[in-house]
Amino acid sequence: MVNLVIDNVNISVPEGTTILDAARSVNIPVPSLCYLKELNEIGACRVCCVEIKGIERLVTSCNNVVEEGMEIYTNSPKVREARRTNVELILSQHDCFCATCSRSGNCSLQKTANDLGILDIPYKREVPSNLWTKKFPLIKDGGKCIKCMRCIQVCDKVQGINIWDVAGTGSRTTVDVTFNRKIAHSDCVLCGQCITHCPVGALRERDDTQRAFSALADRDKITVVQIAPAVRAAWGESIGLSREKATVKRLVAALRKMGFNYIFDTNFSADLTIMEEGSEFIERIKNRWKNRFPMFTSCCPGWVRFIKSQYPDMVDMLSTAKSPQQMFGAVAKSYYAQLLGVNPDKIFSVSIMPCLAKKQEAAIPVMNDAGSGQDVDLVLTTREIDRMLRAEHICAEELEEEEFDTPLGIGSGAGVIFGATGGVMEAALRTAYYIVCGKNPDPDAFKEVRGISGWKEAKFNLGGTELNVAVVSGLGNTRKLIEEIRKGNKKYDFVEVMACPGGCSGGGGQPIHDGIELGETRGNVLYGLDKKSNIRFSHENPSVIALYKDYMEKPLSEKAHRLLHTNHNAWEMPLSPKTEKFEDDNMIIF
Amino acid sequence: MSRLRTITPNRAQSVVEGLYKDMERRIVASPPGLCPVDMSLSFLRLCHAQTCGKCVPCRIGLGQLANMLTDVLDGRADVDVIDLIEKTARVIKNSADCAIGYEAADMVLKGVIGFRDDYIEHIKNNRCTLSLNNPVPCVALCPAGVDIPGYIALVSEGRYEDAVRLIRKDNPFPAACGLICEHPCEARCRRNMIDDSVNIRGLKRFAVDHAGYVPAPPLMECTGKKIAIIGGGPSGLSAAYYLSLMGHKAVVFEKQKNLGGMLRYGIPSYRLPREVLDSDINVILSCGVDVECGVKVGEDISLGEIRRNFDSVYISIGAHTDKKLGIEGEDKRGVISAVEMLRNIGDDNMPDFKGKRIVVVGGGNVAMDVCRSAVRLGASDVTVVYRRRKEDMTALREEVEGAVAEGCEIADLQAPSRIETDDDENAVALWTKPQIIGPIDSSGRPKPLNADSPEKRFECDLIIVAVGQGIESEYFEGQGVPVKKGVISALDSSDVENVSGVFAGGDCVTGPATVIKAIAAGKVAAANIDEYLGYNHIIGCDVDIPSPRLDDRPARGRVNLKELKAGDRKNCFELFEEGMTYEEACEESKRCLRCDHFGYGVFKGGRVRTW
Repeated sequence: MVNLVIDNVNISVPEGTTILDAARSVNIPVPSLCYLKELNEIGACRVCCVEIKGIERLVTSCNNVVEEGMEIYTNSPKVREARRTNVELILSQHDCFCATCSRSGNCSLQKTANDLGILDIPYKREVPSNLWTKKFPLIKDGGKCIKCMRCIQVCDKVQGINIWDVAGTGSRTTVDVTFNRKIAHSDCVLCGQCITHCPVGALRERDDTQRAFSALADRDKITVVQIAPAVRAAWGESIGLSREKATVKRLVAALRKMGFNYIFDTNFSADLTIMEEGSEFIERIKNRWKNRFPMFTSCCPGWVRFIKSQYPDMVDMLSTAKSPQQMFGAVAKSYYAQLLGVNPDKIFSVSIMPCLAKKQEAAIPVMNDAGSGQDVDLVLTTREIDRMLRAEHICAEELEEEEFDTPLGIGSGAGVIFGATGGVMEAALRTAYYIVCGKNPDPDAFKEVRGISGWKEAKFNLGGTELNVAVVSGLGNTRKLIEEIRKGNKKYDFVEVMACPGGCSGGGGQPIHDGIELGETRGNVLYGLDKKSNIRFSHENPSVIALYKDYMEKPLSEKAHRLLHTNHNAWEMPLSPKTEKFEDDNMIIF
Repeated sequence: MSRLRTITPNRAQSVVEGLYKDMERRIVASPPGLCPVDMSLSFLRLCHAQTCGKCVPCRIGLGQLANMLTDVLDGRADVDVIDLIEKTARVIKNSADCAIGYEAADMVLKGVIGFRDDYIEHIKNNRCTLSLNNPVPCVALCPAGVDIPGYIALVSEGRYEDAVRLIRKDNPFPAACGLICEHPCEARCRRNMIDDSVNIRGLKRFAVDHAGYVPAPPLMECTGKKIAIIGGGPSGLSAAYYLSLMGHKAVVFEKQKNLGGMLRYGIPSYRLPREVLDSDINVILSCGVDVECGVKVGEDISLGEIRRNFDSVYISIGAHTDKKLGIEGEDKRGVISAVEMLRNIGDDNMPDFKGKRIVVVGGGNVAMDVCRSAVRLGASDVTVVYRRRKEDMTALREEVEGAVAEGCEIADLQAPSRIETDDDENAVALWTKPQIIGPIDSSGRPKPLNADSPEKRFECDLIIVAVGQGIESEYFEGQGVPVKKGVISALDSSDVENVSGVFAGGDCVTGPATVIKAIAAGKVAAANIDEYLGYNHIIGCDVDIPSPRLDDRPARGRVNLKELKAGDRKNCFELFEEGMTYEEACEESKRCLRCDHFGYGVFKGGRVRTW
């Protein structure tokens, strides 16, 4: 233990503790901006500087460790002056037009400046200009970027995609796409983790809320909306709802109030995904010699973009099943249009997703199998739907809970856990067991694959067949797993991959809480919903059963293939520079 | 009213004088990778501040150039502006009244021509072509990428063995380099911004001197692969060391009687005592490297046979042939090459120079090694003849100073023209053509020209020629290894193109260069041979680096190493340089600014833990 004094408080902390952590442990909250524990400890903003007795220059508390006998002051005149001045300097180059910022009210810079009581800035304002496409789902505003470098770090260290880097030098140093590329020509997978780790509004999703309002205003359109599993675990966070109040049924009520015609649950199509993907897996296992293993899940579009750009030679190992979002879209504009007895062209299909990559997935040219334009017309993130609720001045807290519409509003507990890492695997195993063994397993029989760990492995016996499965979340973990598979060090039959750490509940489209990772907490909400659910098996979802009976015939039928499966090679994804190097060297060996 | 006054600087002037000094040191410490256009603009602004304001091109033109460069950097210019910058700079260069103006414009012109691509990149893409890839200047400039801040921090904590382990991750010759490395790491040390570079080599030596025997790390699992290393110098032995750590079998074929290459056969023992060299070599050999000394590839064994019997080959034969002056009388008795003399010394065949008058031709480090060895071998008179000026010598300044202190005369601006012999064909004098220093050539060095003065005669008993070395590459060329201008062609990955499995590096690829470059080439070769053999063994070091001290770094003088008194050292081949004292090492190691932690290094590129 190291003994020291912070602001006249004697404390004792373990060796290697940073000054910042030491101070926070005794409720002395040193403000910081760029710092993100274990991810970005680079002392760039100099806001967390403190004074150490006997040392003339100030020291950053985030990345320097305590020493025996230190006497530290977190609010000395020198510190106060430096902290305030450095924030003023940041503000002098920041687009402070907060009224139109997506992060207003949830901005670390705004909070820090407000806390310090900065009312005017003594420096000349020089906001850098920004060249960026308006079309790509990921928007960067150079005028708001404070060069904290967190986006670079999360993309490098957690996701391992290396999209962001420092660009330019000297006073013009900024953050931009690596290798002088434009974002739309890069291998960005659109996981959105850079957004959820940005302390300010420099990174955000493309805002599609106005298109949603236009659709709602259009009397000729029938608006059909689906709510993804993970959204229900997070939507209330940024509008001040407690987890108890922020139920999905209350969100249903809010959406109905907003004017959506039919409100459905992506859990339904998650169950449908299980029927198709589970059946596909069993088919692949039956014909082992024809297929390369493992089979990978295909419901995460960030992951699909990853494998297409990083390991294009492995794309055929993805399940051909569409994601729940796209299955829903295809069903909405075919089966459901038929049920309603309307022209599917009139249906405007919206999805609410914890995700940015879903925006791109819906726009993939071949995702139009129902024949009425794109199967999903518009994708909104959890954050966007929250903005719409605020724009409509809907007091969600006061609303009574309402039920989903039927039949596409019925989902199982197996569907709801799609939103947490391991959930797809668990749901699939529940149904695969049923298909193989002809009876249901204990619904919690496969709970080994739950939990926040980034790389999980398990072995299960399915009617005499030993199955090796793995679950990864976070693309850095994914790359490690794939490299091991490619080297032959690991052999699996089935692998679930989610691009975001913790799965969709930690998705890049979810509400942002600076410095806090909520993937696990939200995931636990979903497991709680599963536990309480009356239906815990996808194959027992009555709407799914009806869909097959009345329309699709059976899993993997010709119709199911046309509407519910896709060809992952039918569209282009920019290759990773690493992959291109492989190809140059003729190194692709598998 | 006094008629005249002495000039006394006022306070402002004195402060500015100090700032000039600060700026000079700052430029020395400029990190690699800065935006060249941005630097041009900054220099231009400095130049513009120097203008007296009398003349139009300088007063107004430099300012307008600065405006245009700013527009380029801010992405507000179009490509035509480059032509306007060029024209304006040309006019200023041609019409400014004094050097303040025309030299400033010339700097801009050089840039527009020299890094036009970067101008275009800024204009078209609002980006720079350069970036700070390695922000720690010493590590960036060490060819082998040794973790310098890391081992200095370890020295500072008294962890000398760990320091040696950490150095060996990238360089298996810590002891030799502690004495004779040319320390490119010190050139841009950020400490220059405060006072002076850290004495990095001195601290390395201190670590080695106080670590005792530090064994090599455990070897990785045996792969069964065999690699032939042709040439047992620093490059070949470095490759052998790392390949052995990776579990491969390295076999070194060395032409001479002993290992070490130029470290043994080029560097005299007063700079690098043999036991110090052997301490490094012994650790390398302890990893199971097999050695065949006295075997010349091409005579005793063919390259073809080696290629058949080994999975891969690394050619690191160094540069061991001498270059000739090409003057009359060079083939006579009493004219020898530096290479020949140093090779004999390397095998402990000390020539007897007692009472002899010796002329050494050349101005590089080898010439200094030769003249200083000659003094130690008892020569009565040693004169170094060099055709440029003393300050143009490529030898390190301290080497030249050391030689002079030991009694060597430097006869600069003398171009050898012929060698006079007696009736028995013995050389008796070197005749030279006196030179006048002339215009600066493209490399930035002034060229010597024949002066309008009569020839000079240097009477002597022995002439030693030290004007460069060549490479014995003919045999390899005959075996299909590509050779250009006598130098073996290899890529920067050390691959020899179109000759599968054959790699080459060190002096035989670069031409005569520094030991640390040769070591780096061996390291690169080891990594790429490993990949070629289908492996990806990772070399690392599990030593944890102390967290940096947080105290202030006030300006403080650099600890320089002391040398034995010239009068004492010139009579023996004992190591002439004294290491730091404990007290000095403590203070000097504390001068390190820890650029791996403070500054960009804490974010990116600050530490390469494994390779």
